[in-house]
Order: sequence, then C-alpha cells, then structure tokens
Amino acid sequence: MQHYSGFGLVKHGLSHHENWQRMWRNPVPKSQYDVIVVGGGGHGLATAYYLAKVHGITNVAVVEKGWLGGGNTARNTTIVRSNYLWDEAAWLYEHAMKLWEGLSQDLNYNVMFSQRGVMNLGHTLQDMRDIHRRVNANRLNGIDGEVLDVKQVQEIVPIMDCSRNTRYPVLGASWQPRAGVARHDAVAWGYARGADALGVDLLQQTEVTGFRISGGKVLGVETNRGYIGGKTIGVVTAGNSGVLAKMAGFKLPIESHPLQALVSEPMKPILDTVVMSNHVHGYVSQSDKGDLVIGAGIDGYNGYGQRGSYPTIEHTLQAIVELFPMFSRVRMNRQWGGIVDTCPDACPIISATPVGGLFFNCGWGTGGFKATPGSGHVFAATLAEGKAHPLAAPFSIDRFISGKLIDEHGAAGVAH
Amino acid sequence: MLHIYCPYCEEYREEEEFRPKGEAHIARPAEPEATSDEAWGDYLFFRKNPRGLHHEQWYHAAGCRKFFNATRDTVSYQILETYKAGQQPTVTAAASGKKVAK
Amino acid sequence: MSQRNRIEQGGRIDRSRPLRFSFNGVGYQGFAGDTLASALLANGVDIVNRSFKYARVRGIVAAGAEEPNAVVQLGATEASQVPNVRATQQALYDGLTAGSTNGWPNVDRDLMGVLGKVGGKFMPPGFYYKTFMSPASMWPKYEKYIRKAAGLGRSPRERDPDIYDHINRHCDVLVVGAGPAGLAAALVAGRAGARVILCDEQEEMGGSLLDSREPIDGRPAADWVAAVLQELGAMPDVLLLPRTTANGYHDHNFVTLHERRTEHLADLAPAQNGRRTVRARMHRVRAGQVILATGTHERPLVYANNDVPGNMIAGAVSAYIHRYAVVPGQRLVLSTSNDHAYRAALDWREAGREVVAIVDARGNPEGDLVAEARKRGIRIITGSAVIETRGSRRVSSALVAKIDLAGFKVSGAVEELACDTVASSGGYSPVVHLAAHTGARPEWRDDVLGFVPGKVKGMIPAGGVNGVMALAEVLADGVEAGCRALMETGMKAAPLRLPEVRRVREGKAAALYQVPHVKPAMRAPKQFVDQQNDVTAAGIELATREGFESIEHVKRYTGMGFGTDQGKLGNINGMAIAARCLGQSIPETGTTVFRPNYTPITFGAVAGRHCGEFFDPRRYTALHAWHVEHGAKFEEVGQWMRPWYFPRGNETMHEAVQRECRAVRENVGILDASTLGKIEIQGKDAREFLNRLYTNAWTKLDVGKARYGLMCKDDGMIMDDGVTACLGENHFHMTTTTGGAAGVLDWMEMWHQTEWPELEVYFNSVTDHWAAMALNGPNARKLLAELTDIDLSKDKFGFMDWREGTVAGVPARVFRISFTGELSYEINVQANHAMHVWKALFEKGEKYGLTPYGTETMHVLRAEKGFVIIGQDTDGSVTPEDLGMQWCVGYKKPFSWIGRRALSRPDTRRTDRKQLVGLKPLDSKLVLDEGAQIVLDKEVKIPMPMVGHVTSSYFSPTLGHSFALALLKGGSQRIGQTVYLPMADGRVHAAEVVSPVFYDPNGERHHV
Repeated sequence: MQHYSGFGLVKHGLSHHENWQRMWRNPVPKSQYDVIVVGGGGHGLATAYYLAKVHGITNVAVVEKGWLGGGNTARNTTIVRSNYLWDEAAWLYEHAMKLWEGLSQDLNYNVMFSQRGVMNLGHTLQDMRDIHRRVNANRLNGIDGEVLDVKQVQEIVPIMDCSRNTRYPVLGASWQPRAGVARHDAVAWGYARGADALGVDLLQQTEVTGFRISGGKVLGVETNRGYIGGKTIGVVTAGNSGVLAKMAGFKLPIESHPLQALVSEPMKPILDTVVMSNHVHGYVSQSDKGDLVIGAGIDGYNGYGQRGSYPTIEHTLQAIVELFPMFSRVRMNRQWGGIVDTCPDACPIISATPVGGLFFNCGWGTGGFKATPGSGHVFAATLAEGKAHPLAAPFSIDRFISGKLIDEHGAAGVAH
Repeated sequence: MLHIYCPYCEEYREEEEFRPKGEAHIARPAEPEATSDEAWGDYLFFRKNPRGLHHEQWYHAAGCRKFFNATRDTVSYQILETYKAGQQPTVTAAASGKKVAK
Repeated sequence: MSQRNRIEQGGRIDRSRPLRFSFNGVGYQGFAGDTLASALLANGVDIVNRSFKYARVRGIVAAGAEEPNAVVQLGATEASQVPNVRATQQALYDGLTAGSTNGWPNVDRDLMGVLGKVGGKFMPPGFYYKTFMSPASMWPKYEKYIRKAAGLGRSPRERDPDIYDHINRHCDVLVVGAGPAGLAAALVAGRAGARVILCDEQEEMGGSLLDSREPIDGRPAADWVAAVLQELGAMPDVLLLPRTTANGYHDHNFVTLHERRTEHLADLAPAQNGRRTVRARMHRVRAGQVILATGTHERPLVYANNDVPGNMIAGAVSAYIHRYAVVPGQRLVLSTSNDHAYRAALDWREAGREVVAIVDARGNPEGDLVAEARKRGIRIITGSAVIETRGSRRVSSALVAKIDLAGFKVSGAVEELACDTVASSGGYSPVVHLAAHTGARPEWRDDVLGFVPGKVKGMIPAGGVNGVMALAEVLADGVEAGCRALMETGMKAAPLRLPEVRRVREGKAAALYQVPHVKPAMRAPKQFVDQQNDVTAAGIELATREGFESIEHVKRYTGMGFGTDQGKLGNINGMAIAARCLGQSIPETGTTVFRPNYTPITFGAVAGRHCGEFFDPRRYTALHAWHVEHGAKFEEVGQWMRPWYFPRGNETMHEAVQRECRAVRENVGILDASTLGKIEIQGKDAREFLNRLYTNAWTKLDVGKARYGLMCKDDGMIMDDGVTACLGENHFHMTTTTGGAAGVLDWMEMWHQTEWPELEVYFNSVTDHWAAMALNGPNARKLLAELTDIDLSKDKFGFMDWREGTVAGVPARVFRISFTGELSYEINVQANHAMHVWKALFEKGEKYGLTPYGTETMHVLRAEKGFVIIGQDTDGSVTPEDLGMQWCVGYKKPFSWIGRRALSRPDTRRTDRKQLVGLKPLDSKLVLDEGAQIVLDKEVKIPMPMVGHVTSSYFSPTLGHSFALALLKGGSQRIGQTVYLPMADGRVHAAEVVSPVFYDPNGERHHV
C-alpha cells in the first residue's frame, strides 16, 4: 500500500501526480473464500478490514452490487456520537467512538473526524428529564456528556434563537464534546484501501442473487458474476436487508423507509458544532466545505426509492429556521434520500440467523454511520468466532421473540 | 408527495391528509394465549418489507378517519390500487406478473 | 465609470431607466432590464470572483442558471444579506449592493491566489484524505484552516425581516419553461380551456426566442412571444408565473415552483400600501400533466486555462448581445463543435466587433450558418480547436491547433491568435434535471450527443429537452406536447396554425468534450471541467487512475457537480472524460442522479409562514384568560398551554408549589384539567370493546360508575391511562392523558376498523367540548354543595361515581375521582360555560381559601400517592406488572385483550425487571434529580453498573421530607435497601427503597 503523507503529496506533485497507485484492486472473484461479506458500504468494508487486521482472516471477499460506499454511507449526514440511553447501545456506540478517535492514523487515510461536539436540545420539561437521565447514564458508563442550561447553550451556539419567543423555547441541552462529524465517503474509501492492502478482494458490480444453502448451512452466494463459495457469510446491506433475508428464506423485524437530508449552499464558517432537536424535529451542522447539512425524521411509508415526500423537507426547514431565524435567507442547494432499515426498537440487529454460517448486521435505522467502525469491529469478531461478540450479543434477532428490546427511540427519535 | 385515492371518500387527496400504517393484512392471532412466542413475535414485529409491490395500510387521519389499504410499488412509489379494510387486493405480485425481488 | 461594452442599439433593456449599483465597493451604472451579470459585463468588469480551491481569477461564463463563477454576496444591510446569488439570474435594481464571495484582501489582489499558484500543484483531488494526519493532535488546527478557506458567501447574522408563503394549486397542465416549446404547448392547452400554469425561471418569458436571430411569421421572434403571452394572459384559467423556478419534481406529478416576487425590486421586500409583501412564494402544484420544456444548456469545451476571464459559452455571448446590448469584449475567437454556435460570431460581427476566427473541430463544416460566416469573410479554421488560452486577468490570446478527434491528440502546429474573448460550444445538453428528480434515469442519445429525460408517468418533454433543436421543430414539438397533454386529460385540442419559421440547415456536430493539448492532461495547464469546484480534466484522470471507476466515485472524489450550479456546465464533459480514461462510452459510464433543487431556493420560502407562532398550533383551555390574569406560569404539554404554578408576589416556584400543595391537603384547591383527552364511546359493543382495549375488566361497571384503566400495546408495554365512566349501558366517556388523546383515538379506530369491524361501536373526540375542573381537598364537598343540585352525600355519591346535574346553574357532569388522594370532584361543563362556573367556584370558595394549582402541584400530590404519569414514570418499556398494578390487570378476562399475550413472553416474565418503587433520600431535605441513575455499590469505579433511575422527585410539605419515584431493577424485592445516586458534581446521594405510596396508603382521605 502506498503510504500517504504530506511529504508524499509534494513528491507526487513534482512528478505531475502520474505515479499515484490504485487505492484498491479490481480483482476477479475466486471460487471460494473463508468469509464473504455481502455489502460494500462502510460497515461491510470495516468488517472486512477488521477480519483481516484483527483476526488474520484475509481470504475474504466483499461483494457489492454497485460501487463501494454507494448506499447510506454516501447519503448520511455524517454525525458521530455515542450518547445513547441504554447500556447495550451506549457500549456499542462508545466502542465505535473509541475506534473513530484513532481511525485516520490506523487507516493512513484522513477520514476528517471532527470532534466539534453534538448538542441535543430540550424544549419541554419531559425533554429535560430525559436528557438528565441519558447524560447521567452516559457518565456512569464512562461516556462524556453534560447537561447544559439555556445560557450555556447560547454560549456554545450564539447564533441560535434561545429566547422565549420561539414556539418551543430551548430549555437546555445535552452536550457530548467528543461527538462530531466525519467525511462519509472517506470512511468507505479508507477501509476499502486498508482491506485491499491486507488481501481482501473487493468485488464491485457484483450482485448477490441468491444463497446456496444445504442442510441448514450456507455454502456460498449466487451472483451476477457466478457462484462464489464462502464458509461464513456476513450480510451488511443497509436498505436491502429484507430483500437479502427473503433470499435466505426468512423475514426480519425490519421496515425500509426513505430518510431525507438536504444541504444549503456552501458558506463561510458560521456554525461549528452539531445541533439536534427531537422536539422541533431537525438537526444541523456545517461541513468543512461550508454547507449546512440538515436532516430530520424518516418518511412514514416503506420505500426503496431513495427519495421521500416534500412535506418532510418543509417541516425540517421550518424547524431549522425556527431555531436559526438568520438562516431564512440562506438557500437550500440539494436534497436527497437514503433507505434506512428500521427496527421496532431503533437498535440494530447483529446476529446469527436461522441459516447456519449466515450472519446479518442490519437495522441500524438512522444511526448507522456513527457506528461504522464499531459495527465492523464486532461483526468481524462475530464472523471470525462464529458467535456473537459480547458487545453484539444483546442485538440478537432473538430479542424480538423474547421481548428483550432495547428501546432507543428517545435517543434516535430524530434521524441522524 | 403521494396522491392517494381514498376508497371511502372516493377522491384523490394529498398525502398530508393520510398516515401510513405499515404492512396490511397482518391478522392478530385468533388465540393469542395458544400462540407460541415465535409466532407472537412474528405477528408483532416481523414484516415482509418487499422491494416492489407492497400491500399496506393507510389512515385518512385528516379526512374521513377511515383505515384502508393500498397496493403500492415501494420503488416507483406508484399506487396501483386502494381498497377498503377487509377487502383483498386485486393487484398482486402474481397477478400483475411484475417482478418482485425474491 | 462608463458602460464601455454597451452598444448603442438593440437589447431588451430600458435605456431611459438607469440604475445605480455597487460591486465590491465600486459604484456602477446599468439599465432596467439588466441582470447584475450583464451590467457588470457592460461596465467591463472581468473579474467577479476567486475560485475556492486554487484562488484563480474568474469571470462570467454564462448568462443563466448554469453560471458557475459569478456567485456573489448580495445585500446592502446585515439582515438582507443573501449568500451565493448567481449574478446571471439577479435582476438589477437601483441601489443593488453585491460583492465577490472569495478573495482576500480583495478579489483583484488575492493573497490566496499566490498560494493557489504555488500550492495548486500539490492539491490534487482528495489531497486532504492523504495528509493532515500526523500528529493526530494537529488535525483540529488544520481543519480550522480548511474550513476558513471553504465556503462561498456568508450567512446573514440577523433575523430575516421578510416573509414567505405557500399556495396549493391544481392544474390540468403545468408547462415548465416559456421558451418556444413551452409557449406553443401552453397556447394549445389554454385555447382548449384547460387549467394551465406556465412558469419560467427568467425575468422575462420567451427563453431562447429572446436572443433568437430567426424571425417568426416574418417578424422578430420576441414579437411572437409578446403576442402569445398577451393571449395567454387573457385566458381566465391560465396562470403565468415568470421569475418562477420549478425547483423540484416529486412523485405523482407534484411540482414545487419557487416564485421570486420581490428580488428584482429591492434588497428587502418593499411594502405595498403599507403592508408587507411576500418575498418569495412556493406554489405546491399537483398537475394532471407536466410538459417539460426546459430547453438545453450549452456545454463549453474543456481546454487549458479555459477559466481565464474572457472565456464564455457561445450562447451566452449571443444572449448578452441580443438581450442586454452588451458585447463582452473586442476580439472574439469562437471554438465550436457545431453549427449552432456560429450565431455567436455572427452576432458579434453584427454588433460591430472583430471576429478573429471561428475554430471548428469538424474537418468540413457545412450548413447555412457556416455559409453565412464564410460569406461575411470570417476566417474559419477547420479540423481544429482552441487548445489553450493565455492571459493572467483576461484572455490575451488563444492557442489553436489541428486536432485528431479519434486519436485524442493535437495533430498539427499551434497558432496563437490575439483576442480578448474565447467563446466555445461543445454541443447542447437537454435540461433533464427535473425529470431525474422522480427517479427516472436519463437516457443517452447519440444523435443528440446528450441525455434526454427518462420516462415519467404524466410527463411530456417538448423541444430542446426532448432532443429537438431546430426552431421550427421545437414549435411543432410544443404543439404536439400540448395536444398529448389534452388527450391525457380527456380534452380536445383546437387546430393550431404553426407559425412560419425559416428552416436553418445545420450540419452534424462533432463529439468533442475535452480538447487534447500538446502536453498530456496531467502536465498541461489546468483544463477546467467544473469551475466552481476547481475540478480539472487531470483531476478526473487521476481519480480513475486511483481506482475510482464509477462516475459516482469520480464525482465524489473530485467534487465535480457538487457546487451550487450542480454541474450544469460540467457534468457531461466530466463524464466524457471519465469515459475516455476508462475506455468506455458515455452511457456505459452512466449519468448521475439529479436531485432537487434545480437551482437553490431560500430556506424561508420552503418554511413559508410555518415558523414562530405558526410553527405548531397552541391549544388553550377555556379558562386560559383567567390563568393569565392570575399570574400563572405555563408548561407546554403536547400542544396545550397548562398552568404550571400560580406564584403569588415574589414566590419562587418551590414556594408556590408548597403553598398550593398545602392548600389541597388542608383545605381545597382547583386544577384546570380540561386538557385531558376525552372520547365518547357508544354502541352496543362499547363495553366489549373496552374489555379488549383496557387491561382491566369493564363488564360489571354500572351506569353512574367510573373506573381507572390502563392501555397497553400488543407488546405489553403501557401506552396510556385514564378514567372511563359509564354514561349508559352502551355509552361511555373515556379520558386519556393530555398528550395521548389523538393517538388513543386513532388506536381505537384502528382496532375497530381493521381487527374487530364486527363490533358495533363508535368513537368521537369531545376533548374540546368539555372543560374539566378538578376540585380537590377536604373542603371540596362543602364548597361544591353551595353550587350544585347534586346530592353530594357519601352514600349517594361515592368514590368513583359520577352524577349529572347543574353546577352554578349550568348542566354538568361531576366525577368523583381523585388524582391527589383527597376528596375530589371533577366538574365537567360545556367549554363555553367553564369561565362562569370557575368564577362562581372562586366566589364561593374564598372562605375556604380556594387555591388554583398547576401541573407541578398536581405532580407532587399524585406522586405522594404513588400515581404514575404515563410518559414520565414509564418510557415504553414498562408493563402494568412493572408498576405493581396487578390490581388493574384482568388476568381472567375471556378475551385476550391488547397486551395480554405479551405478559407471558420470556422477557416480561423476568423477576429482575425494572419496577416502580419509592425512594426516600437519607438527607430528607434533598430533592433527587429526576433522571438520576441508581447504583447499588457506590464504591465501584466508572463504568458503574446501573440498576434504575429516578422518574419523579419532589419535596413534600405534607410528608415533611423529599421523596421520589423510581424504576429499579427487581425493585419490589429491594424495599428497605439503601441505593446510591452518583451525581455529575461528584456527590453521591443515598436513598432508601420504599413503597411508592407515601401518603394515605389505605385511601382513607378520599373515602369520606
């Protein structure tokens, strides 16, 4: 792997950038792999990377129907935080957070992880009770967090309307300083480059059309490029989990919904933290490029169209203008949609399935991006060991049978 | 924004008047106490979630307050029919010959 | 400063109305009818901006929505600032103030430019992914610098004084674009009587006809435009919307139109007749048929230094000459791959300026326009292209060379032509953006050398966007589209005479995108593809070399098309370059998906009036005025404004609540309980329905009685609670939580309509019909007795009974229910009688010290009794058994009610579930934080195992100590244990686990 550095950049500049190598190969599929990861998004690529790096399993294929990182990795609003309410979720997201904190160096690829802090606003007394509860829980779990009163909120975000004049005045907020944003595409590319360098085959434009299953055990996948064998198969196909499950012969407790987001035109820095509000239903941060990156909740109907309905965009911008009246004259450049697989309890599924050797990692809903390193890390361990990593164990699909749900709707009420 | 024909009001109205309620035709087990944990979990949470034709429930919340069903393509978002609660769809994956992902 | 590029004659400007404006602090003059861009060009302003990455000087390239460079900061005051306004789309008005968005200290002498020149070499696409990594601690500093360098304009820092609104519209035919195709289509549809909306993004309707050289019916094309618009304007069912951009095309023919109503007049929306006007309006259109007549965007050619000011697209040159009487230079070189662009050279020559040469990529161009150019003696250099322009602040010369199209190389000697303007044309891309919004993939057509719209149900493309280019055919295509739309709508078209247009014979265009240079792309001077994002041909080549083979990857790695112009000029060129590098065709390389908006629109317009007071409705009870008058502080619950507490004098909230609590416990208090949800249930199966809906039994509830009930979802978790009274054998009055009312009604409808339609039962919301006043305290009976004809004696009107009668002379239902544990009567009267009754109660109640209390006191009093509030003491993971409310669970009810089955699932059977308990802090003055987490062992280091949390916590004046409710793992088994609550400030509180019922556990106080 070509090592990246500022020095290298100068060297390549002097040779007209004609000597940069490919970031990853474009290999021909082998007939058999130790592990096949279905889905070449951030989570799948991270899974492959950690399989090779942590577990020494390098005979791995990542099978991707389109282009690497082309699903929700490319369509999210890049917020990274770990201030979840319930222990199981908080531990998983905090595991991811710790990996984020060294990721650029680990991958030798700048994922531009920017710990500019995330603020979750409270607008009602019950919001504030919930914020206290969550921050107290985070703190005792070793996750940074503070409860801010409205004055402290105003100090951190002076441009927000914290007066009593708004329809739902800001009463306070939770604040996670270590949280922030990252450059979404770079995460996929960094993991892809790292995995490729360790010997993983990244098979793009390779669509899984079925599973070969015998005696209740998976043998491999049928694809548009032929059959590929794999003893262990991990499926990480956000936005398509239900479709893949159907191929393997079972249903999931998942519904796929459109999730929309939008950006303003790029502007000079004006907002240097992430502000989220469940109550007025919107969130906003400003990217390094200068766009305000804005989102809100999912559209209520099932949809695989990567687009949603216009009223959702209206409500989102109403929330943003309500919080930031000065943004009224700022202009919206582009909107888009992703497909999110939502679970009834707003927590993911990282689990064995009714088919032996076949594991699913799905149902991240609106919260997948922030979990990318942690998800890949624990899923790699799960695939390598053939049983759930301890942090993944509570996220078994069995919880929908037993009733042991991890209800994170409070923490995930607004998509992010 | 979807344009939805309410089979009770018998006219097209804007999506903003309606609320989607997920997969249609999920019958509550007749004898819950005799239903296994698996079957009960299935009833509560597990969904077909198809990429393609979807029979789904809608609620005319800001209209006649009736629940009804729609057959909608979850990729193109075209609504192929709407029909009253208790009725069966006439457009199905099999009947339309439309390819629905396996 | 004189308008040195303005010509004496022609143009659509009004020379009698000069307008002053300033750009980058310098005053200029233009005319009414100018855009900011045309006025700048008229004044000879070459440099309008600096590019954001390399800080190169940039000038105006285009005349419309596709302009990448002339993106300016607009606004004379702080509050009226608008970032990133495209000068080509901003009408000039008197006093307009604008400036460049980049450049320091100014756009002409920019220090970053030096860095760009030196550093540009070391800033290939994605350079930031490859560096700034070590040491890790330095990244935030690097990032700060990167952020400062990014962005274009700036946000205003003050509240927007302008207003915006929305209007819903329905039409048979929406025509997007009022060029020749759109006008023809609208005319056909309008004459047939269809409801038509015709919108166009420009200041003036007419599209390409406004700068056309071709007469229609023997007269200038613009005359035909005026006649058509006049006819359309007179039709009652036709709506003409100029300055209106169809910015988003959504499912089922829903199109949003963004109308700029005042941006051409002034900075801020001017008042009219003393009233505020709307700055921008969103038309939310549901169209029967959409006729897409959005035309084409001309593609520039990609050659070295094609970003030096003075490089323009050919069509823009014609537009500036014809529409604004501006010739943006003295000496023109035109580089083209097609006939159509020859117009620019002919127009230039007719405006009296020098055409140095037409450089045509085709070996043997032939066509009417070519012949005309030849006839006029313009030098035509065939088989060649401009491969590079020179000049530091304005083009000074063009390098021209023979090129080998197939071999992608320069095949002859290089000739340098002195000039100050280079116009280029690489063909015309249909404006497919809107069609792509709905998910339809554009389709490549080799004959068009461009993508045309994919199929969209209810959409008819017409004219240029449909790949039809010659004016006569465009008009015919528009007519046909109009007829088709009518047919789809079930209407008949009247015959329409096609206007007469001279047919201009045009030769076949060459497929040229990037022009080869004598040096390979990586070593040649920068060949810009996307000027706004500083994306070069070399950058795209590098991306493909590094393995980015999907066009989406190329876009994302280089940033191509991510600007505010969304790649209108550059995307096809970029795709063509990627295709060449990958050895593929353009359709194999694919197109990218366009998303709304077509051009950026203001947040304010999308939000409309739905901010501030209109963000969400506020609901007030019938007694609100009284509460305000009596100094209540309010709490929002759902959308309701509820009195929170009623401070007297300088009382703190704590003091007020303590006083209110004592009043209720010792004397009598009153709460406005009107916000509770109320649902009437009728029908012969009403009782059975309640049995299925609630966890407890309703079979034996007699008329005149009321009962508390719990509602679960079918997963067994509590969703709501309330008291339901039996009004008649088949008639019930249900109450719900304040926030849950609407949801509960929907829930009931759903179960009834979809699961149990055989039950005969009807529901109706009566929340707003009834006002409810809860009279609580030992003196409640005495007080009420003074005002009612109802027998209040204990034997006649017992606990959990309700009676009908009058209170203060008006009909009332009185419920003897209690949420405080005191003797209590909840008086329900019609909302319009409420104030009368409330005042009467206070009149008679003075002697008892009748005290109004708010939600906070209500919370304290109910918590003392261990009564939960759904949503505060529960969170969607709590069952009735978790609350110790087995008394409210009908285990023996025959029908398996909603939630019943879930109580026997493995997880709900666990004995270590979180259960409701009381907490008594060891420090009796200490009020625990609501939301404090509970641990069993305070010595454990973080991470500490947590076993529950405080849900409600207060100081009780009645008990004389603080107390709390909590959910605690295995709580029912922990009564008497001490638990700990470690706080953020380092203190660790201790509390004893006790029963959640702190006060009057046997209910003696209300059984009186």
